[in-house]
Amino acid sequence: MPVSLASSKAIFDALKRCDVRLLSALPETWLVHLIRMADDDPETILVRLAKEEEGVGISAGAHFAGVKSAMLMQNHGFLASINGIVSFAHLYKIPLLMLISYRGSFGERDPWQTQGGNITEALLRVMGIPYSILDTIENVEKRIPQAQTLAESSLQPVALLLTRDLMWEE
Amino acid sequence: MLRLDCLRAVYSDMGNCLVVTIMGATAAELHSLGHRPNFFYLQHAMGLASSTGLGLALCLSDQQIIVFDGDGSLLMNLGSLSTMARYRPGNLVHIVFDNESLLSVGGFPTATNTGTDLEGIARAAGIPTVLTVRTVEDFSSAVKNALDRKQLTTIVAKVEPTGPAGYVTDLSLVENRFQFRRYIQSLKR
Repeated sequence: MPVSLASSKAIFDALKRCDVRLLSALPETWLVHLIRMADDDPETILVRLAKEEEGVGISAGAHFAGVKSAMLMQNHGFLASINGIVSFAHLYKIPLLMLISYRGSFGERDPWQTQGGNITEALLRVMGIPYSILDTIENVEKRIPQAQTLAESSLQPVALLLTRDLMWEE
Repeated sequence: MLRLDCLRAVYSDMGNCLVVTIMGATAAELHSLGHRPNFFYLQHAMGLASSTGLGLALCLSDQQIIVFDGDGSLLMNLGSLSTMARYRPGNLVHIVFDNESLLSVGGFPTATNTGTDLEGIARAAGIPTVLTVRTVEDFSSAVKNALDRKQLTTIVAKVEPTGPAGYVTDLSLVENRFQFRRYIQSLKR
């Protein structure tokens, strides 16, 4: 499977350096290495979800507990989480670090991903969620702590879009 | 059985617990008994009270967590039962007030009114201890047993579809949230 191991490792290491101790995840092809790394790491609490919106509640619980967390999901998982983001994270000022695989964008071969790809950035903008596109491994080390810092200081959701260029090795 | 009587019966047992409630009547009734900084009322995001309790339970293994859920909320996030069962934290007690109704939006019947069995769903999801109670005495002893047993428990409490006249309290949502987090952080000192 040509999912980038190097990028996955860089992302995981950056999350660890930010003291992220809990990751919620729903399996998605581009995230397989990341989920495995979280599972293999005794210091990381990995919560495998049935649906991504659960991750908003779990991250809120972690925040109340003083534990930094992140959500790993596909952009369709972001779509499935929108009510939780609005009526919990926004309403109650909960920091969320969302790592979202940006499916359905340039280079996408799976027809079923393409509609979600069309609307991901537009939705993030209309929801007022700060986001950044991570498309090279060189940016990972800096951008992940920056996103985490902004989420914690602004007490709101912040998104990083993980692109095909970053996550997939053709 | 009235939800308010259930809450009153266990109120004194929750002094050292972290309590998460759903919106509407459950939040308003617990608040009416006397707010405490260890109570968090999730006034929207239906379905996520149990997920919040799970996040707390996994991060704070030495704290006892109680979630007051409802049939309408749980039916919106049945997958949460499977996620809780997967990690089965022994410090989480999940209480579902089942009034078979979406009370706060006009009392429309939920699927538990037409035969859906939340006890059966919770058991089949893999929650280790699941029971249904119909009297305040049984409710009170079920909660006390669950707190003593240290095993993930879902208690389905069948209650009347009644509640207070209004749901808005004088506690703002963000005030509640900051107070709750500060209370938890104070436990660590």
